[in-house]
Amino acid sequence: MNYEWISEFWHFRELLYFLAWRDVKVRYKQAALGAAWAIIQPLFTMIIFTLFFGRLAGVPSDGIPYPLFSFCALVPWTYFSSTLSQAGNSLVSNAPLVTKVYFPRALLPAASVLGGLVDFLIGSVFLIMMMIYYRVKPGWSLLLAPFFVLLMVLLAFSISMLLAAMNVRYRDVKYALPFIIQIWLFITPIIYPVTFLPAKLKHFLALNPMAGIIEGFRACLLSTHMDWGLVRVSIAVTLTLFIAGAIYFRATERTFADIV
Amino acid sequence: MESKTNHVMSEAIIVDKLSKKYVLGTLQRDTMLRERLISLLRAPFRKRSDAANTLWALRDVSFRVSKGEVVGIIGRNGAGKSTLLKILSKITYPSSGQVRVQGRVASLLEVGTGFHEELTGRENIYLNGSILGMKGWEVEAKLESIVKFAGVERFVDTPIKRYSSGMRLRLGFAVAAHLDPDLLIVDEVLAVGDAGFQRKCLDTMEGLRSGGRTVLFVSHNMAAVENLCSRCIWIEAGQLKMDGSPRDVIEAYMATFAAAQETMADLRSVQNRRGTGEIRYTGIEYLARSGELLTTVRSGDSFVMRFHYHAEKPVPFPSFGLRIYTELGTLVSDTSTWHHALDIPLVPAGDGYVDLDIDLLNLLPGRYYLSLWITGASSPVHDNIEHCAQLQVELANVYSSGRALDSRSGIVFFPQRWSLAGVGGQLVPSEGQETRSDAQLPGKRA
Repeated sequence: MNYEWISEFWHFRELLYFLAWRDVKVRYKQAALGAAWAIIQPLFTMIIFTLFFGRLAGVPSDGIPYPLFSFCALVPWTYFSSTLSQAGNSLVSNAPLVTKVYFPRALLPAASVLGGLVDFLIGSVFLIMMMIYYRVKPGWSLLLAPFFVLLMVLLAFSISMLLAAMNVRYRDVKYALPFIIQIWLFITPIIYPVTFLPAKLKHFLALNPMAGIIEGFRACLLSTHMDWGLVRVSIAVTLTLFIAGAIYFRATERTFADIV
Repeated sequence: MESKTNHVMSEAIIVDKLSKKYVLGTLQRDTMLRERLISLLRAPFRKRSDAANTLWALRDVSFRVSKGEVVGIIGRNGAGKSTLLKILSKITYPSSGQVRVQGRVASLLEVGTGFHEELTGRENIYLNGSILGMKGWEVEAKLESIVKFAGVERFVDTPIKRYSSGMRLRLGFAVAAHLDPDLLIVDEVLAVGDAGFQRKCLDTMEGLRSGGRTVLFVSHNMAAVENLCSRCIWIEAGQLKMDGSPRDVIEAYMATFAAAQETMADLRSVQNRRGTGEIRYTGIEYLARSGELLTTVRSGDSFVMRFHYHAEKPVPFPSFGLRIYTELGTLVSDTSTWHHALDIPLVPAGDGYVDLDIDLLNLLPGRYYLSLWITGASSPVHDNIEHCAQLQVELANVYSSGRALDSRSGIVFFPQRWSLAGVGGQLVPSEGQETRSDAQLPGKRA
């Protein structure tokens, strides 16, 4: 990674905004329910999780009402998973742009990562409404929430760079992605709290950076216990993935227009 | 012609020993991991010859362009012109060699890149503008002018999926025309759209030229290259074949086509043809009615086009046909023995010819292309050769007025008379009106 790469990215920030804006606009224009989808998706997942895991399986939820407990995790998770599938395909689905115009290629996954935030915000508003309904008051830790959002965005961008660049050469990514996301959902503390797991497994779980991000997000909003050890590992893994993603992307971006 | 803008001699583009190679295997669209793994497994047993899979799109191309120059790039399809533009635009990277480009670059390799069907005209202007490198405030400031230029005032807030293809083109070009670059790189945009659109494109390029911008522009429209460019580069099979004044380069380039600039052509060696081949054209000649070969063909001439053929075996009911196209590819006329109900029951095997006697060639000066065809009784195509010959029509005193018409007057003229009987007052005969009717032609109009 070098300075030039970053400064060029900055120079094209306006295009980044327009590409993200296009993604959002088109998404809502084509769907009859528009922005409502940003809520419907996590909402229905939450209802199903509450029925099967909360009621039937009796999964604990750190003393928080299970619907709120799972929805609080589903808002960032929905962002993360839909961003990965969008951004992972971003270079391929924008092939006409890639082969006809020059701009820093990383703008395309970055635009998907940014565009997804609109849905995330809508989901967050609904989350706040749920908190009011359940009378859950956030503490001072709420001020830390933006940090976790930032970490989540950085992680999504890092993995998106890897996936998008790989997808140009190996279209396998397109097929593998839904499967990977499905598995990832279960190894992330969404349905269950981290405390639900035996200590041994917890160490492995920490390697999944989404674990720390979701636990941290939950702790900020619902005042559950903040597991700083877990969060630290998540930060380290996220930064490592960011560097790996940027290096791989940079090494391959010159060939995108030739092979996409 | 304006004065040459050579006063600023610094270089806008430096291309040094540029090469670009494609390995054909990687050009496949759906590259799969599986194939990678398979080829990895096979690798120890098979040595792949690299040379066979390598395609040199460009090889050792070097040239420099000074600021303010308008350079036309010509060459056949697949010669490497577009690859060159893509490298200059940083879209793709050279395999070896160096490229240096100075100043703000706008490249227009396609009209309307990044247009989204669902977005409105206005939204697409913002998107397309920023894709082409405009700043947001710039688009905002130019929005009205862009909309007006494209002529889509009534549809700015309509999704462009409802636009006609012509409107879309105009909108795309309108955005591009409002770019304000130091260097503009344009690929064959003139190949699309109707005459009005092409006119607009040419006018815009003309404006850029007089504004002292550097323009690099690929085109198959030789007239446009000749009129707009101060210099022309010809690329052939990935290599720079010729670099010089547009007139010289275009002439040399056209000479490589069948019978360019000549009044006879040998068609026996033309590879690019379709049909059964039972009967084929072997040559074409332009003859005076007295029978000798013409040196030039002029507007208003009477002459004979003679089409030589060779029949492999007896061919029943063939129709011999000819299509004439303008340089921009507009069909001017399609004529044939069939149209004239000349049914030939059987053409014996061997050589022969058919004549097309033209009473009055009412084409205006310019370059035209001929495509020839022969079809059979149950209409199988025996022979079809596109653009196999050129018809260069020279200036002539067609109205006997001494005032010549050139290619800017249109495509055709027809026998005509103006009458001034309805004009009141006394007419003062302009000098030369009657005296110069047979005089020398004035040169090209300024």
